[in-house]
Amino acid sequence: MSRSWDPEILGLLGGIVVLLILGSAVGWVLARRVSDESGRPVVANLNDRIRAWWLMVAVFSVALATGGIGSVILFGLLSFVALREFITLTPTHRADHRTLFWAFFVFVPVQYLLVAVHWYGLFAIFIPVYAFLFVPFRSVLAGDTDDFLARTAKIQWGLMIAVYCVSHAPALLMLRIPGYEGQNAKLLLYLIVVVQLSDVLQYVFGKTLGRHRIAPRVSPNKTWEGAVGGIAAATLIGALLWWATPFTPWESAGVALLINLAGFAGGLSMSAIKRDRGIKDFGSLIQGHGGVLDRIDSLCFAAPLFFHLVRYGYT
Amino acid sequence: MSADAPQAGPEAVPVGPDPGLSARAARAFLVGLTRLVTGARARWVGGVSAEAQRVYFANHSSHLDTLVIWSSLPAGLRARTRPVAAADYWDQAGLRCWLARRVLNAVLVDRAAAQEGLRGSREALRCLLTALDLGDSLVLFPDGTRGDGVNVGELKPGMYSIARERPEVELVPVYLQNLSRILPKGEYLPVPLLAKMTVGAPIRLEPGEGRRAFLERARQAILSLGGEP
Repeated sequence: MSRSWDPEILGLLGGIVVLLILGSAVGWVLARRVSDESGRPVVANLNDRIRAWWLMVAVFSVALATGGIGSVILFGLLSFVALREFITLTPTHRADHRTLFWAFFVFVPVQYLLVAVHWYGLFAIFIPVYAFLFVPFRSVLAGDTDDFLARTAKIQWGLMIAVYCVSHAPALLMLRIPGYEGQNAKLLLYLIVVVQLSDVLQYVFGKTLGRHRIAPRVSPNKTWEGAVGGIAAATLIGALLWWATPFTPWESAGVALLINLAGFAGGLSMSAIKRDRGIKDFGSLIQGHGGVLDRIDSLCFAAPLFFHLVRYGYT
Repeated sequence: MSADAPQAGPEAVPVGPDPGLSARAARAFLVGLTRLVTGARARWVGGVSAEAQRVYFANHSSHLDTLVIWSSLPAGLRARTRPVAAADYWDQAGLRCWLARRVLNAVLVDRAAAQEGLRGSREALRCLLTALDLGDSLVLFPDGTRGDGVNVGELKPGMYSIARERPEVELVPVYLQNLSRILPKGEYLPVPLLAKMTVGAPIRLEPGEGRRAFLERARQAILSLGGEP
């Protein structure tokens, strides 16, 4: 437990706090300066987002401070809420009720229990194999075959994205990296910092320089300038954080680039689901950001990739 | 069952301002639990009024409906808002009765008698009017039993009688969404999806408006709130 407060973790957290103070200051100045009607809601939303970041950082720091179990519980709760948002917006039938009960109250806890007890073998196949097969079976027992394949796929997708993918973030804590024992919490922090900063920087570059939209029908706010600028800057920051990881600076840059690209793919894919359902956000739990799933969409795609890069490259 | 309780009138009087410590604790617990399980958020399209006496009428699709509306009201309004519930189910000795009378402070009406004949329905209406005359607001589900959560059935005439007898009371349509997915008819375990409650602008009985026309307009008022995502 005490090992999780090594100086490098404090350095990372301190850096985040400095960034947040900076962000809050900029938000405060912008709120005083903004005069035109069109800019006001943008600045108000920016300040909401920054306030929410303070809260998210506080919650995450407390989870890290408790050692492994706190992080596992936190990500378990995030998965639960994300699945809730996902299933709420994907129409299911009355016949899926019992299946959904299993998804929420059996598959989510079991997946995170496997992370907590470091049972890698079952962790890796539990949802993609056994939950995958159980879902159609449980639904068919209710006797409704209308849209059967689509309904089944929706629940499977929800479990994959919101539970299986997200659970790879706390699963970093179960890896045994020679020469890096007891320091895995820093890898988790590195993943979150790089991917979330990439989101923030893409937003900042997009708002300031954004001209050319990447996929206007999918996500009107994503521009080439925002994506390239944000990913490049976050990759640079990832490289500069090499000291907290088992990577060399160049390796750290490469890893950061890959997870940022995966995060971008995640954000875009999840946007497509939202557009298909005709909604802007998955939820409204986090002021200014939307729902939990809106905040972690990039993490969903980046976490498994990062986990496997570390597992196959460094253990 | 209900035949043994002919004196529905005096019993419909509210329990009083102080329900006791255990009931108050149970209220806080129920409000918290309902919000946690359903994630319900109220969207007030037609504005919130602290003073006006109101009858909230909503589509019925789940056992949780009453709790969701009741929990989503601002605390001040909640204390003065009483759900209307079926006596044959709720007025049974033990936990149910305590919950209905002490905790939710429900107005219990004899559903079976109300459907049987004129005398029964007049008695039920009298209960509701008595509660309104004491200054309380009501929550009721005029489309009767729980539906599939998408369609709203034909509304029962009681709504019209209230509108005619107490024209000063605001009739407020409420649309509940997703509750039939959270706890559908026939299930006993909830799935914690996010519910949504939309509260519309009050309607009133127009001069010369007939019963059928008014009930259809009230039904449309509920449905119109479900359009937006």
